[in-house]
Amino acid sequence: MKSIIAHELVKTYDKGAVKALDGLSLEVEEGTVLGLLGPNGAGKTTSVRVLATLLTPDSGSATVAGIDVLKHPDEVRKVIGLSGQYAALDETLTGWDNLTMFGRLYHLNSSGAKKRAEELLEKFSLTDAARRPIRTYSGGMRRRLDLAASLIVKPKVLFLDEPTTGLDPRGRMEMWDVIDELVKGGVTLLLTTQYLEEADHLADSIAVIDTGKVIARGTADELKNQVGSERLEITVEVEQITEATKLVEQVSGVTPSVDLGIRKISAPVSNGSASLIQVLRLLDEAKIHPLDIGLKRPSLDDVFISLTGHVAEVVVEPEVGGKNAAKRK
Amino acid sequence: MLQSVSDFLVITKRQLLQMIRIPEVLIFATIQPAMFVLLFRYVFGGAIDSGVEGGYVQLLMPGIFVQTVAFTLAATAVGLAADMQKGLIDRFRSLPISRSAVVIGRTVGDTLQNVVTLIVMGLVGFLVGWRPSSGPIKIFLGFLFLLAFGYSMSWIGVIIGLSVREERVAQNLVFMTVFPLTFLSNAFAPTTGMPKILQYFAEWNPVSTMVAACRELFGTENVFGATANSWPSQNPILMSLIYMFLLVAIFAPISVRKYVKVSK
Ligand SMILES: Nc1ncnc2c1ncn2[C@@H]1O[C@H](COP(=O)(O)OP(=O)(O)OP(=O)(O)O)[C@@H](O)[C@H]1O
Ligand SMILES: [Mg+2]
Repeated sequence: MKSIIAHELVKTYDKGAVKALDGLSLEVEEGTVLGLLGPNGAGKTTSVRVLATLLTPDSGSATVAGIDVLKHPDEVRKVIGLSGQYAALDETLTGWDNLTMFGRLYHLNSSGAKKRAEELLEKFSLTDAARRPIRTYSGGMRRRLDLAASLIVKPKVLFLDEPTTGLDPRGRMEMWDVIDELVKGGVTLLLTTQYLEEADHLADSIAVIDTGKVIARGTADELKNQVGSERLEITVEVEQITEATKLVEQVSGVTPSVDLGIRKISAPVSNGSASLIQVLRLLDEAKIHPLDIGLKRPSLDDVFISLTGHVAEVVVEPEVGGKNAAKRK
Repeated sequence: MLQSVSDFLVITKRQLLQMIRIPEVLIFATIQPAMFVLLFRYVFGGAIDSGVEGGYVQLLMPGIFVQTVAFTLAATAVGLAADMQKGLIDRFRSLPISRSAVVIGRTVGDTLQNVVTLIVMGLVGFLVGWRPSSGPIKIFLGFLFLLAFGYSMSWIGVIIGLSVREERVAQNLVFMTVFPLTFLSNAFAPTTGMPKILQYFAEWNPVSTMVAACRELFGTENVFGATANSWPSQNPILMSLIYMFLLVAIFAPISVRKYVKVSK
């Protein structure tokens, strides 16, 4: 069963001058995670707001958990959880106050709301900060509490709008763990992100959106293949370029592209790390010491160049951490 | 039905909690009108010949009470604008609660805040010579009247708060409208000195009818009031009730509709 269906959603602003959504359609299978990937202004937040009943589209239709979003928004609100792009909490109140308040608004009784608040604070490691006003919380703590607030009654469908933007790498990992756990619990999740890596890690399938439309969809691997595989990149001294180029060609099987200006040779390779090792060995035998060598994985930027032919408005390099770390001096 | 009552009570409770968490807000919201009482009492009090028993302060207190509760709409507007900005309104709108809960909760919360403010002002007024002479029932009705007026003004604040994008714009908008209203009235000085056209405005001004009504309920002759023999100055209590009814009847439905549609 499809848990989320959006059909040809259109939303314009400023009398049609700005097309936030331009015929966006998507589907999410029950119990799976869809990553909505796109640059700034792509329409991610607008999509989430429409699906979460906050915004009425100009045209198009949508259902969430089988309920028509436009006809029965009240019913939809009973089964969804939403954590927006910016934490939406009462800053003057404590974490505890916020959670019990939201619990009451989800119609738990007084003791039920308290019990749930306690559980969630525990689960998100916020018990120590529970009695402090939100304005004293760090960005990561806020984000966690915001997520907690959207989980008060176990939602069937959860919307998370850029849940890790603004978090440091550790905060991001923690958030990923929390989300992983939720997904194991069977929730259907629509998650927006600017990071390919994040969509890769969390999502079962990915929809790339730009200028209000889905421009590509598939699993992370499918998308990456569409974008092109990993590239091997080597920088060497000028006099060694010719020889090194030959070696790279030998490994990759295609003619590498060479940038003489920065003395960089690059070529797509299929099995990244094996190719890297092979090239290193060959270079070593030929007594060529590369100044820099590494594997470059496709970035969001690459996705956008290859899919749309233009560079994303704001280029966000995914934090690939260890994965392209085979660099050496 | 019961559910919607409990929904708005949760929102109201949130505001009371805010008062406990940052008491400064309430303290300053109370100090300001108390200061007004002292300033007007001693700055203008000497200059204005009131001609009523007990002196200017008897006329002043109803005026200041009404001005203060009229400003409830500022609290409402600024509070809601802040909630909008922080995305809290969006979050509330994504919850399965009744459509009117957030705005009713807010207006009721702001009215409860007025209870504290009015008590403090009444005490300060008493200290500087205010002596309502109409007996406990009428005095109580006077305060009830003030709370009701503040509550109905609060609905205008809802619309302002949900319409502007910035807290500060809300604040300016409120000051630009409420201050002229309170000064183009009989609240602090007789309307006789005004140009004829302003006199008419002043007599129909809801602030004036409210002040006149309160003076009546607190047992002071409204010597700043009736110059022209207009109907509102003859029947201030009834006219005020009509105004309050109109305010709520017009602005409450608009507010709720606005809340349902509002987007940041
Ligand atoms: N209230 C509004 N008025 C005018 N334009 C708007 C409004 N809300 C959104 N837009 C425009 O709609 C487009 C999509 O915005 P949206 O917030 O959905 O993007 P996004 O993908 O969430 O971007 P980001 O990554 O920056 O959060 C943008 O061009 C934005 O400027
Ligand atoms: Mg966004």
